[in-house]
Formats: sequence, C-alpha cells, structure tokens
Amino acid sequence: MKKVNLPDAAKIKDELLKTYPTKVGRKRSKHITVVGEKKEDNSIQANVRTVPGIITQRGCCYAGCRGVVLGPTRDILQIIHGPVGCAYYSWLTRRNQTRPESPDAPNYMPYCFTTDMQEEQIVFGGEKKLKQAIQEAYDLFHPKAIGIFATCPVGLIGDDVHQVSREMSRELGINIFGFSCEGYKGVSQSAGHHIANNQLFKHVVGRDDEPIAGKYKFNLLGEYNIGGDAFVLEEMFAECGFTLVSTFSGNSSYDDFCKSHNADLNLVMCHRSINYMAEMMQTKFGIPWLKINFIGAQETANSMRKLANYFGDQQLIETVDKYIAREMQAVEKARAEVRPRLEGKLALLFVGGSRAHHYQELFKEIGMKVVGAGYEFAHRDDYEGRKVLDGLEVDADSRNIEELKVANDSTRYKPRLSADQKKKLTQQGIKLNHYEGMIPTMEKNTLSIDDISQYEQEKLLELYKPALFCAGIKEKYGVQKNGIPCKQLHSYDYGGPYAGFQGAINFYREIDRMINTRIWKLIDAPWKEEEQIRANFATS
Amino acid sequence: MLLRHTPKEITPRAALTINPAKTCQPIGAIYASLGIHKCLPHSHGAQGCCAYHRSALTRHYKEPIMASTSSFTEGSSVFGGQANLLQALNNIFTIYNPDIVAIHTTCLSETIGDDVPQIISKAYEEGKIPKDKVVISTSTPSYVGSHITGFSNMVKSMAMQLGGGSSCKKDQINIIPGWVEPADMREIKRLCREMGLNTIMFPDTSGVVDSPQTGKFNMYPQGGVRLDEMQRIGDSEATIALGKFTSQAAAEALDAKYKVPCEILDLPIGLRATDRFINTLRPHSRLKVPESINYERGRLVDMITDMQQYLAGKRVALFGDPDQLISLSEFLVDLDMRPVYVITGTRGKKFLRHMQEILGEAVPEAKVQHAKDAFLLHQWIKNEPVDLLIGNSYGKYIARDEDIPFVRYGFPITDRVGHTYFPSVGYQGGSQLLERILGVLLDRQDRDAPEEGFELVM
Repeated sequence: MKKVNLPDAAKIKDELLKTYPTKVGRKRSKHITVVGEKKEDNSIQANVRTVPGIITQRGCCYAGCRGVVLGPTRDILQIIHGPVGCAYYSWLTRRNQTRPESPDAPNYMPYCFTTDMQEEQIVFGGEKKLKQAIQEAYDLFHPKAIGIFATCPVGLIGDDVHQVSREMSRELGINIFGFSCEGYKGVSQSAGHHIANNQLFKHVVGRDDEPIAGKYKFNLLGEYNIGGDAFVLEEMFAECGFTLVSTFSGNSSYDDFCKSHNADLNLVMCHRSINYMAEMMQTKFGIPWLKINFIGAQETANSMRKLANYFGDQQLIETVDKYIAREMQAVEKARAEVRPRLEGKLALLFVGGSRAHHYQELFKEIGMKVVGAGYEFAHRDDYEGRKVLDGLEVDADSRNIEELKVANDSTRYKPRLSADQKKKLTQQGIKLNHYEGMIPTMEKNTLSIDDISQYEQEKLLELYKPALFCAGIKEKYGVQKNGIPCKQLHSYDYGGPYAGFQGAINFYREIDRMINTRIWKLIDAPWKEEEQIRANFATS
Repeated sequence: MLLRHTPKEITPRAALTINPAKTCQPIGAIYASLGIHKCLPHSHGAQGCCAYHRSALTRHYKEPIMASTSSFTEGSSVFGGQANLLQALNNIFTIYNPDIVAIHTTCLSETIGDDVPQIISKAYEEGKIPKDKVVISTSTPSYVGSHITGFSNMVKSMAMQLGGGSSCKKDQINIIPGWVEPADMREIKRLCREMGLNTIMFPDTSGVVDSPQTGKFNMYPQGGVRLDEMQRIGDSEATIALGKFTSQAAAEALDAKYKVPCEILDLPIGLRATDRFINTLRPHSRLKVPESINYERGRLVDMITDMQQYLAGKRVALFGDPDQLISLSEFLVDLDMRPVYVITGTRGKKFLRHMQEILGEAVPEAKVQHAKDAFLLHQWIKNEPVDLLIGNSYGKYIARDEDIPFVRYGFPITDRVGHTYFPSVGYQGGSQLLERILGVLLDRQDRDAPEEGFELVM
C-alpha cells in the first residue's frame, strides 16, 4: 500500500466546527469522531435530531418505510394516503429492479397510487376517501395485498389507516395493512425502517407454512436490489447450491415474505434498516442471523464461506471455495488493471446506514484510502457495534416508534442449531446475531461523521482535496462543481450492479473511469492562466 | 410490459389517483425561490419534504439545489414549529450566509396552523435576522392546487415582499416568465434586449440552475434577480406576465399595489404565442422589431413549410402543466397536428376554457381534462392510439409499452439533458422543439419503413 501523509484528523474536526453557533458546534462535535487507537475513544452521537436550518442529507420516516423497505416489493399494491407529493417523489426514483415471474405476473412498481388528499379531507377527515381508493384499486388490479402509507397530515388529523385497513381487508378478503409512517416521526428515514419491519412482521411473515423444497435455506435481509445487486447474488447462491427463500426486499414478492419463516438462517446486509426483522424472526421462529457483506470481492468471499460453514456440509464448503477461486481470477485481473491509477488516492463516503461501511472494502481493494466516512441515518450500533445496544438511551424522538413485543411461537419456534454446531461456529470465528459496526474497521486518524451537513461536506472537500466523494443525488453536483467526482451510492449513478464478484469488477472500473476521465483536466480554458496574470498585472 | 395492469376499459375513479400528472406546492416555491440571487429556499416542515424536493429538482437540473429545512419532529408537530424556525434562521444566516431566505410551508406546518409571518417578525425582533438580510415567506399547503400553485404563490410573495417602488416611473418593464427552464428565461431576456427594452425578470433561474463547471462550487451562483432590481419593480411601465397559471397572481398584485399595468400572455411557445409576445413588447420599445427577430421567425416558418408533410394529421397526446399545454397545443395546431388528448393534473376550469378556444374547431375530437392523471391518458391511448406522446419523463413508460414516438417536455425530465440548455420559447425555441418532434417522427418512419421504402432524402 502506497504511503500517504494525511492531515491531522483532529485539526480537521476543529475546522469543521469553527463557523457554527456555539450550541450547534457543541452538538455537532459529538457527531464527529476522530478514529483513534483506543477503542473507548471511538464513540459517536447518532440517531438524534438534526439541528433545524442545517442542510442535511436526511429524509423522513415515510421515505424510510415506503421508499426503502416496501418500495422494492412488486406485488403489494401501495397506496399513499396524503397530498400528492409524497407519492410522486417516491415513484420509481430508487432504482429497485425487479423481475416478475412471468409477463402477466403482478408488478405495481411502475405505478403510483395516492389518495391525493385535498383541503376537504384535511378539514373533514380522509378515511372515507381512503376506503374508496382501496375499493377502486381492488376493482382495477385485484392485488393479493395492499399497503397503506400515512403521510404527515394523516397523523395530524387523526385518520386511522389501521382501522380502515382492517375494515377493507374484511370486506375484500385480501390482506390489507397500514403503516403509520408520518414524515415527522423519528429523526430520519430510520424510524420508517422500523415501522416497515414491524408491519411486515405482524401482517405478512409467517402466513404460509408450506414446507420449502431445497437445501441450505436462508433469507437475505436488507438487500434492496439497486442496479441489480440482488440478481448477482441470486445467481451466486443458486450456483453454489443454496436456496434463497426470500429477500427483504429487493426483487421480492408477497408470497416469498409469507413463507420466509421457514428458512434456517437470515443473512443481514443492511443492518440498520432490517435488523429489527432479523431479531424478531430469531425470537419468534428461532432463526439465527448472520451479518454479512457482499460489497467487495474479499468480503463477498468471506461472507460466502461463513454461509457455507453455517450449514457445515463439507461438499458445500468445497463448492463455495471452488466458486470463489474461479471468480477471484477475474477480480484480480481487473484489480491489477486499475490499481496503479488509483493507489493512494483519497475517498470520503457519507451515505445511508450501511453503505458507508460496506463500500470501504471496495476502496481498500483498489488501494484507495478512506479518510472519512459516516452515515445519514444510522444508530450508534452501526458505528460502534451491537455491543453498545445495552447502554443505549432512547430519547423522546425514538420512544414513540413502536417496539413490538415478540415471543416464541408455541408451535413454530424451532432452534436451528445444536449446542455442538454453535460451538463449532464459535471456534471458526463466526458470530451469530452480531455486528461489529463501521468504526472498528476504520484506520486511525480518519474521521467518522454522523449526519454530515452541507457545510461540513464543503469543508472536507477543501481540506482533504479527495479524489472521490461518495454520497447521494442532493450532494452529487455540488461536489462535482469543485472538480471532484461524486459517486452516488444510493442510485449508483444509474450503473451497477456492484455486489458480489462481478459487481466488484464493475465498481473498480467505474471508479477508475470517474477519477481518471479526461474532462477534469479540461475545466479551465487554455487562456485562463494568461488572462489571470494580465488581470493581476493591470490591477497592481 | 411495464404498465401491464392498465386496462383499456375506463371505469370512473373518484378517490384513487394513479400516476399523477402533478406534484405538490412546495417544490414550485423552491424553484421560484432559486430565481432570486443569493437566496436560500427554506422548507418549514419535516425533513423529508425538503429532501424530496431537492432530489426531484436535482434529477431534473443535474445541478446542486440548495435548500434548508425546519426539521420538524413529532414534538414540533404537537407544539408548533416556531422554535424550529427561529433556530433555523439563526443557523442559516450564521452558517450559509444568504442575502435572502424564502420560506414556504408544507402540509404539516399548514395543518397545525403555524403562523409563519408572525414567526418571522419575532425573528426580526429577537435579532435572529441580520440587519442587511431579508426573509420572505409564502403559504404552500400541499393539499391545495399543485406544484404550479406553489410556484405562483412564491412569485406573488416575492413581488409583494421584496418589491418596491418610488412613484417615479422608469424606462423599464417587468417580465414574469412563468415556470420555464433557465434557457427559456435567458431567451426571453435576449428577445427583450433585441427589442431594446430594459427589463427586470423575476424569478430568473438562468445562471442558477444551469451554472457552468468552473472547478469551484458556489453556493449562490451568479444568476437570479437581485434585491435592488426587485426594489424597483414598482417603478416599471408595465408587467408582462407569461402563463396565466404561474404568473398572473403576481402581476395583478403588482398592479394593485404599485399601479403597474399588467398584460397576461400565454407562454411564448410556438409561432403565434411568440408573435403575441413580441407584439406586446412593441409599444414599450422605441425600436421597430429588429430584422434579427424577423429572421428568426422566418426561419421557423420556413422549417414548418419545408417539413409540413410529416406533421399534418398526426395525432398527439400531451400531459403536463397548464401554461405549457395551452401554448404547445396551439403550436401543434399551427403545425396541422392534432392534439387529441390533453391532460393536466392541476385543477383549473380556465384551462378547459382556453383549450376549448384552441381546439374546439381545429380538433373537435380532442379530449381535454384537468385534475386528472397519466393513467387515464394511457387508457385513452389504448382505446385509440396516437402518433406522438409529449410529456415528462414518466411518459417513457407509456411510450415504450404502446410503442409511440415520445418527446420529453415539461417537469421533471430525469433521463435526458438539453431541456435546461436549449430554450423552447421564442422562434428559436420553436425551431428546436419542432426539430425534436420531427426527429422522433422521422426516426419512427425510418425504423418501420420496408427496405424498398427506406428513404435517403426526407
């Protein structure tokens, strides 16, 4: 690895805080952690309110519920109860790819359904209109299931989406369920993830007990199939002989969710958005979960080995090893091609609730240094690991997000591992129901910044002059105006897939192209310098 | 098929909107606010609104779209957003240092009844707004009207709250351009210059949401109407407002407050609407219409006469915003095309009346609806197909399923570039628009022609 002299991260932190009003500076200071050698120093404030007036990356509860978790499911017809905007902005904007089973199979994702609430409903209530909207949707589409999403005014005027759902469910004989995911709840998208998990768990998971054929059965949680990531993974699992029961929720279907409790393991990709589901399925059905990461070739290989070892079949372990060895040849070839052009360059990643961690692996593989990383809506456990969960304080903003009380299912709870199997896994270093978090994997003298502001982002660009910044659509063009490429890690800039081995190759090449494209050298007109000198001369 | 569930049979719907042809008010207010120099739009509501609006505008403009939010929590939704807004203003001026903050409300802050002007007064009293800085606001409840209403409301508030006058008339006119692209605003200013007029245009997003790549991010780019210009709009000879739905309210308010007479025109899209625009400028100019403009007009007419055979009789479906649809339909009729289906999601009886004037005799079979959605438009197309679809990027799903040539026009355009750089207003804009329409029609003819009928010259 090329040696790079980095500025002192602690000094950079001070710079970031300078302009803020005192109180704001004090608050922001707790969200900026200089990654040090001592583990106890690496604590961070997260999942608390954004200070009003700060230009933040964050969205709302509704976006996390409808946009992130439910959005990728093709055959649950989703009606957004509220004024038109919330439905409009979450219409096809997240690149969740899906492949219906057949040309006739249901796929409602290209559609946008809303009650388009008007002033009349704000004054007199919107339940009547919602009921009728459900009826109209049913008459036109005959879906198996309908989800109803509440937006800000719905909660304020007291429309009960759950009551309406129950009534209409009885009347139409299909599964209809509501989400109280009003935008003002919680402090970011995160509250919406939790609400989505709860309702899917309550109303969908466990409805179909039909045994599932195939060996080595698991669910993939927290994979949303942006740019076709889930397709890559589905192929990989199939080729190695695994049975993927369901994915929450990339390329997913309602029926898959209904039978997901019959799997023997949950793989957790995005810990932030889906750990609730993993925990609840563990408690109710006895399914352990395993944190994995399919971003980065090495991490994909590690994750696949863990998966094979979990099931413990020697032949399976060998098949997986062979598969990895084969795939790694192409990966190494691609890496050798791009590495000389990228080695030692700096990257900063501020995005989402798991991607800022996962993508660091890809940068390591091509020799780039991640000098700063942070999440948009994650909690402390995503930064510091689940070890902090016990001591975590729940503040007023999170207290109102329902925590489902889940118990062992008296007939369907089934421990998946014997004591011996558990022991063996521990010996192999495979920890179940565990996530170590992002910060322990970062190097010292780097920065971890939670809920970064537009101002801090600009400062970081100025102080680090990185070769690449990773964020989302709102940040992209501001970064690029500085002559620095910005890779969107929500939408992948309409590229991808980046998961698995083929995805890693795609990403290496993409980063090489973005950083080394000729246009960055052509920003200045050929006469700029000369004219500048002339202008300086004229004024002096 | 992407829209595989859309049935041909049309059944009435009273409660469910499917595939809307409109969005909500606040995004229009943000776009209008961006047309003020050194202005930071501020969303008084929950974070998601601002995030969604910034994302949507960014996807359309491929430019940084800056706006801040009051970041409501459940607590503020119960106790009111005053504390959030006061704190936000203090932070905004300290951290981001705009000259002007333009606040708009959301369905959240409207439903709980926050009194934003009162909160702003309090902020002034408490010294949270520096002396040389200005804060304006407008009310944009998402459950009333559409994004068009929000734009119109912010433009009106801009005129009323930033506007000024000295009772001494000046040799200048106000132009309210409507919700058009930065390239269009630039083109309208150029035409006025060619006519020898001094103009103040507001809002003016040219130079803001189409700023050049310089290697240095500038939070407040060079464009936008300046405060000192706004403070002179009351002295103008006249206001020319383009687009009834987006500009009329501001123009009439200016007339009432400063006695600046206003003329409300259609957006100058196409031949005759541009003729009316130039004709309206004439009395304010001491010059004759310059030859350069006559040439531009002549070139557009020439292009139409040259290519008329490919246009005549073609059935067109359109969806989008009322001001655009009105002028565009008139242009299509002048091209001998047949705008048979026209839908806007925005409510407005005057839209229907105006469309009746344009299409009543020329295209008696035309179906025109307001407050309706793209799902209905698709059903109409399934019942009797069209030769061309014009609308925003969401139209590509219909175009692909039904195999119809498609011209992207309106907001948002998320999958192509050019709409922000090349105008569609004025004669030159008309030529560009015509070129794009012809391009897709002729590409289709080439694609479908039998080998012996594949033409080199068209």
